[in-house]
Amino acid sequence: MAANPAPAGPGPVLDAERVRKDFPILERTVNGRPLVYLDSGASSQRPQAVLHAVDEYETHSHANIHRGVHALSQAATEAFEGARERVRRFINARSTREIIFVRGTTEAINLVAQSYARPRLKAGDEILISALEHHANIVPWQMVCEQTGASLKVAPINTRGEFLFDEFERLLSPRTRIVAVAHVSNALGTILPVKRIVDAAHARGAVVVVDGAQAVPHARVDVRALGCDFYAFSGHKLYGPTGIGVLYGREELLQAMPPWQGGGDMILTVSFEKTTYNELPAKFEAGTPNISGAVGLAAAMDYIESLGLEAIAAHEHRLVTLATAELERIPGVHIVGTAPNKASIVSFTMDGIHPHDIGTILDHEGVAVRTGHHCAMPLMTFLGLPATVRASFACYNTEGDVASLVAAVRKAREVFG
Amino acid sequence: MDLKDLYRDVILDHNRTPRNFGRLEAADARADGHNPLCGDRLTVFLKMNGDRIEDVRFEGKGCAISTASASLMTEAVKGKSRARIAELFDHVHTLLTQHDAVPDPGLGKLAALSGVREFPARVKCASLCWHTLNAALADSAAPVSTE
Repeated sequence: MAANPAPAGPGPVLDAERVRKDFPILERTVNGRPLVYLDSGASSQRPQAVLHAVDEYETHSHANIHRGVHALSQAATEAFEGARERVRRFINARSTREIIFVRGTTEAINLVAQSYARPRLKAGDEILISALEHHANIVPWQMVCEQTGASLKVAPINTRGEFLFDEFERLLSPRTRIVAVAHVSNALGTILPVKRIVDAAHARGAVVVVDGAQAVPHARVDVRALGCDFYAFSGHKLYGPTGIGVLYGREELLQAMPPWQGGGDMILTVSFEKTTYNELPAKFEAGTPNISGAVGLAAAMDYIESLGLEAIAAHEHRLVTLATAELERIPGVHIVGTAPNKASIVSFTMDGIHPHDIGTILDHEGVAVRTGHHCAMPLMTFLGLPATVRASFACYNTEGDVASLVAAVRKAREVFG
Repeated sequence: MDLKDLYRDVILDHNRTPRNFGRLEAADARADGHNPLCGDRLTVFLKMNGDRIEDVRFEGKGCAISTASASLMTEAVKGKSRARIAELFDHVHTLLTQHDAVPDPGLGKLAALSGVREFPARVKCASLCWHTLNAALADSAAPVSTE
């Protein structure tokens, strides 16, 4: 991910008004007002192309995959494995054997925790995370620590929400077996220097797991350029369906890991005496997967690349900059998370009005935002805040959406006097 | 559905200047309430006199609805018996959850919470303090420890 998103000027430009037309849900109203959807960080909306691909698959091609010689089973298998190849290209993995379909980022991290970390770690080993992690990149590691006697270390951030690389490096030691960090903070938008983190961790022999849920929709991610060992993300934050996500893992690591769930599809032969496991990636995909979800995810990746990730990133950067400047002009508003390298998210609080009240008033104006602790309670505790309001931007948001947000926040001030 | 139905003047006033706010040093019962969905936390302190609440205070951090509801609650329950509080709890519960409910005349200022039911995502904000009060009352009813 670029340290500084490209400035406006030469380069791809996104026509957000045209993009909006690709998203049918954006035509609806909420509480009698046009929907202003600023909660894509929680879940993005799906373009017609994704809805259509899922519908086509369900209508014409559905059967179970990897079994049966009939035409539909083959069509479904092709669609599913085609989606895997699409994902491989999207993140530039070396092989489709490195692409494991899971339910989402949470499941991907749990898979690594239980299948990679749990069998290897022991008392005295350390897992190093950052202070701005989502619960999905905290709790699975706490579980592994309980199971193995390893301990959890936390690399600090500052009050601007910046990852403190030097502090992180100081916490790295030969005992550090796993480093698990977000690529982009879901609560603040901070972009972490993943490449530097990977290089430093590898120099100490640690394996790096990246929670990419908030990164893949906003910039091109190249897992080989990053050099990370595992990379996890979800379909539904990437304009795709819910219930589908991806774990990328370096092949040699995945090869050496035991399966984490047993069942159909992940075996080669089963007898009551001995079962041999299937090859990658099937070894980690027990049971019938979310086939239409994978198809939808592949369509979402086609769609994103048709717009251009660089164009999306530059567009969102403009909106974040505009929203930050406009919100700061409202008396009593405080932007939370002011790291120079941010993606797509503006978190804020307002004196005298609790974020939930702001959320209700914004919703009344048709503006959908997330309010609360953003599944990052340790981060909120560090910042001394019970909650924030989070506006998150996507390719379909416009300057008009920013204006609606700002007007609705001013309205909240009016209501509370 | 109007914002003014939710954020009535009484609610805004009790949010801005919550009554009976702070610790009660002489408390003989207390309970912590937590809404993990939104992070609201509050503590209710009780000083009992036999069957009645002699004094009640609360502290915590929450949204306007949860703060105002707790403030209104403390005013409503002070001096009341357990039986009367159980009645009030039922009336408040009905008020917050039933769309056609006519506020019970005994609710007094608590009737200002009637707008909350039009905002289902906020009902728990208003009811947190009542559940916490119940927990504190249960605590005070527990056998006195001899330790």
